[in-house]
Amino acid sequence: MAKHHVAVSINGEPVEYLCSTRQTLLDVLRDELNLTGSKEGCASGDCGACSVMVDGRLVCSCLVMGAECDGKSIDTIEGMADGEKLHPLQQKFLEEAALQCGICTPGVLVAAKALLERNNNPTETQVRYWLAGNLCRCTGYDKIVRAVMLTAADMRGGA
Amino acid sequence: MSTGKTDYKWVGTRTIRPDGHDKVTGRAKFGSDFSLSGMIHGRVLRSPHAHALIKSIDTSAAEALAGVKAVITSKDFKDQPSELIPAGEAMVNYKDMTRNVMAREKVLYDGHAVAAVAATTVEIAEAALELIKVNYQVLPHVIDVDEAMADNAPILHDDLVPVGMDAKGPTNIAKRVEFTLGDAAKGFEQADVIIERSYSTAAVHQGYIEPHAVVASVAEDGQAQIWCCTQGQFMVRTFVGQLLGMATSSIRVTPSEIGGGFGGKTVVYLEPLATLLSSKVGKPVKMIMSREEVFRASGPTSASTMTYKIGATKAGKITAVDATLKLLAGAFPGSPVQPAAMCAVAPYDVENVHIVGYDVVANRPKVAAYRAPGAPISAFGAESIIDELAKELGLDPLKMRQLNAAKTGTKAAYGPTFRNIGYQETLDAAVAHDHYKAPLGPNQGRGVASGFWFNIGGESSATVNINEDGTAVVISGNPDIGGSRASLAMMAAEELGIDYHDVRPIIGDTASIGYNFLTGGSRVTFATGLAVVEAARDAVRQLCERAAKIWEVDAEGVIWDDGHAKPASTNVGEFDPLSLAQLAAQAAKTGGPISGHNAQNVQGAGPGFATHICDVEVDPETGHVTVLRYTSIQDVGRAIHPSYVEGQIQGGAAQGIGWALNEEYIYNAQGKLDNPGFLDYRIPVASDLPMIEAVMIEVPNDRHPYGVRGVGEVPLVPPMAAVANAIESATGVRMENLPMSPPRVLAAIDAAQLRQAAE
Amino acid sequence: MQSVQFEAPGTVDEAVALLAGATGDTRILAGGTDLLVQLRAHMINPGLIIDIKKIDETRSLTKNADGSYTIGAAYAGAEATERDDITKDWPGVVEGWDLIGSTQIQGRASLGGNLCNASPAADSVPAMIVAGMTANIAGPKGRRTIPVQDVPVSPGKTSLGKGEFIVSFNLPGRPKGGGDAYLRLIPRTEMDIAVVGCGVALVLDDSGTVTSAKVSLGAVSAKVLVVDAAAKAIIGTKLDDDALAKLDAACQAAAKPINDKRGTIEYRTKIAGVLARRAVKIAAERAGS
Repeated sequence: MAKHHVAVSINGEPVEYLCSTRQTLLDVLRDELNLTGSKEGCASGDCGACSVMVDGRLVCSCLVMGAECDGKSIDTIEGMADGEKLHPLQQKFLEEAALQCGICTPGVLVAAKALLERNNNPTETQVRYWLAGNLCRCTGYDKIVRAVMLTAADMRGGA
Repeated sequence: MSTGKTDYKWVGTRTIRPDGHDKVTGRAKFGSDFSLSGMIHGRVLRSPHAHALIKSIDTSAAEALAGVKAVITSKDFKDQPSELIPAGEAMVNYKDMTRNVMAREKVLYDGHAVAAVAATTVEIAEAALELIKVNYQVLPHVIDVDEAMADNAPILHDDLVPVGMDAKGPTNIAKRVEFTLGDAAKGFEQADVIIERSYSTAAVHQGYIEPHAVVASVAEDGQAQIWCCTQGQFMVRTFVGQLLGMATSSIRVTPSEIGGGFGGKTVVYLEPLATLLSSKVGKPVKMIMSREEVFRASGPTSASTMTYKIGATKAGKITAVDATLKLLAGAFPGSPVQPAAMCAVAPYDVENVHIVGYDVVANRPKVAAYRAPGAPISAFGAESIIDELAKELGLDPLKMRQLNAAKTGTKAAYGPTFRNIGYQETLDAAVAHDHYKAPLGPNQGRGVASGFWFNIGGESSATVNINEDGTAVVISGNPDIGGSRASLAMMAAEELGIDYHDVRPIIGDTASIGYNFLTGGSRVTFATGLAVVEAARDAVRQLCERAAKIWEVDAEGVIWDDGHAKPASTNVGEFDPLSLAQLAAQAAKTGGPISGHNAQNVQGAGPGFATHICDVEVDPETGHVTVLRYTSIQDVGRAIHPSYVEGQIQGGAAQGIGWALNEEYIYNAQGKLDNPGFLDYRIPVASDLPMIEAVMIEVPNDRHPYGVRGVGEVPLVPPMAAVANAIESATGVRMENLPMSPPRVLAAIDAAQLRQAAE
Repeated sequence: MQSVQFEAPGTVDEAVALLAGATGDTRILAGGTDLLVQLRAHMINPGLIIDIKKIDETRSLTKNADGSYTIGAAYAGAEATERDDITKDWPGVVEGWDLIGSTQIQGRASLGGNLCNASPAADSVPAMIVAGMTANIAGPKGRRTIPVQDVPVSPGKTSLGKGEFIVSFNLPGRPKGGGDAYLRLIPRTEMDIAVVGCGVALVLDDSGTVTSAKVSLGAVSAKVLVVDAAAKAIIGTKLDDDALAKLDAACQAAAKPINDKRGTIEYRTKIAGVLARRAVKIAAERAGS
């Protein structure tokens, strides 16, 4: 059958794409739009490496159909920095060495940003449960959780 | 070999890693992120059976499907001789390797590759797989190690001749190893207390988040380019060349960024298939494993069963250890039983040791390396029984270990005599740590355990190019799996005396840098780091020569200090120092480009020791174990970049906690893997873990200019026993089988209560 | 593998017409957290997928004048947790709903999808059942409303007829002195399928005596069990140790689990009793507050 013509906003820019019903939003981002910052680790919503925001809500893009996104606003890791300026979370992840191999990092950053936008003073437990769907096999999560909490503290201090 | 100085400008600082910005913005290209013009897509047909003869394969319908460009089976691969060739931490047999990448006479495990298709789209390739007709004759299968060793077991390889023992008939035992020190029988005679126990560990997967991925492009002239996520681009070149009969010079392998490996990407799966498909089609072919394929067909580590017997005097001196270790290799020989046996009691100074190990095949995927291969398995048994022994003797478990700790000069049961090592220091630090004194609440317990790993050196090449503006490029050949670019650049900056940010570390493809053994064995910062240091020193030597030329003095009269050439003494003459930038700017006039090189087979890896402290709380009604606090103390030689050393230690502890509590390969009655996904293969999530405190002890390795020891592997050795010992402390129940999942812990608690009630 | 059609109707009638007119396997897309996994794993091969999220009724959660709620079938758990009303009135219902998977999954996973996936281990279902929820079903013959427990029939199968789908749910108002809870046991702390789940809703009088109760168990049978004997064990009591012991025994007696990769018969049976005791205590605490 014919492909679906879908118009969305990605990182604030209008984008149109064609996709088949079987293509997920992640497939569209990676294979049709060359936005490969979102990663596929499982294709079943278990690893969170494909995390993006759809209409302001954190989701796994592997569990969203490309065809259902018409009219939606999508934010990916590629839109996280403000031009040349890293988002405070990105900067803190570098300073705190909160990444080792880096494959989970885009998804973790997108998810952490969604948390801090809701709660700029999360407890360690809240950070850990919020990020429970973002698997990391390298770090043991220690430096990730620290970086998120330190960023939150900075953001509170600066507000 | 030391630099003689310790007031480093960069070494020991927490710099921003050179590849960091690309990795926090989504720019970094990992295995599946790479694409080429005109590229088509490959998929693999995999066995639904654990063990079956392949009677025939009919690919005609698949080939006829519109969009299908090529179908390959084992017929497209030449057979290989059966011989063992060393490949770093393991030996390889190309006869087995070609059968593992594509099943030949038989399928030997659920998920074993049977055919591969290249088509214009992934969807067409998957549709084509359904059209391939394979006629199987299903055979009885065997999954469990002890069953595989039994007399009536289904035999995987009729022609398997065991190494190190005689076999009466066909067998699944591939090898027997034996290590003896002193006289164990005599040692037990000296013992006041003897304990004998059995243990088992489950097969666990490395669990890297990035599935295997490759793009291969073979041109009409036979020149192949391969981009893939791997721990060793040179390993891929060697293996693909051998399996496909291609000259090494015709294959260029470029490693992508790698999304975790932990040893699991030290072998080839898709690379030879994609290369062969590309050569048949004349187009680039991309192949990516699904998560399910990663679990079913790529290497986990061995499942095992073990028996340990240990004896000690009343004073706590261990007099003898006797152990038998049986490790599953999967479908082809090659479990890490040898390092398991060698590491088992390596932290201890024991006069009488006897360890026997068996390498056993069964109908599971061929194992691959996983962080300190074998050592975490044998350490689970050893560190559990030592804990029980300490309890029996009324000794503090750390005191027990201190009484028996290997020191500089101790002869290890596996052969060598230890040079400067820091095991004792980790124990002393553990005793002194406030964690060890912190109070415990109800249902809570504390366990400790130690671990050892050899660490390795190996073939390493590096180039340091001095740029015309006074900056530098460091080219090395090991995929950066956790921050090694940063540590290499820091050591180069230290040697050159320039700013770390002016050093750009690049990982070369196989045609851009000399041979490097793969990223494994905790070797990169140590061994490749040594090559980088030597290459930088080579560049410095050239810089000094240029200064000598400018000053018209002998080169010996010039020294390098803080990034400047200076006269060695006033006898040489009065000259203003020349900076690296000044010398670089004049390079064309003074002799041409300045480029330092080094290539060597690095020796002198310093062994790593660690001691871990773990607190748990056990829910007595559900058997659910919560890790409350975790401290890992490790001799790291010298931490070049402390944050990434801590990261290795923390990550290893987390993996070990997963191995301890919930991770396992679960097979159904048909021998099919029942949990090939992250839903039911349960690696720790963020909310499962506490912060993990990494305590770095620095006992410098005297055979590295910066004192580096490998740090990446020993963190996975102690955790399983540390958790088990903590559970015993909390409940009085000793868990001898992994994983210690809630149903098993509850069953053990209930059984203990029944026993108590009966008494 | 056939190509799949996709439609996103804006009204219930359009959706029913598409469903009724479809030949072959047709699937409803709500949150998609099960559907897309099954599609990718080739466990299903539908000819048509109908996204119901463009239908306003499926995407709203309304507190009615009588204190009851109407919940859209595609309303997500994460959305529900952000509502002060339902989280206060029915914390157990929201817990079960919002325990499904990760934060990311919770942003999509819906009651309609979780129920129609018809897994005996579905986290939202035990709490829905004990809360007395009903499902509003639209179909070619119009609308009908049935109790939630009558929707799943067996693993993967529902009682919905051809052309039917769930539009919304009715959740009664919280009774005076009412409290509910959902607890599950998983090997990790998140991300797992329930080894056992337990929903409890009860009402206490002013003296703290249980006047009514419902207890349900997930993952211990082919579908979620409502254990009347367990409710009976605590009605008329003040949840003393003896009543809780009887509750535990009733749940263990009712559980008919299987051995699988997630748990053993012995373990699941025992845990059914443990969770029931714990869930009842939480529900009672909430009833008193």
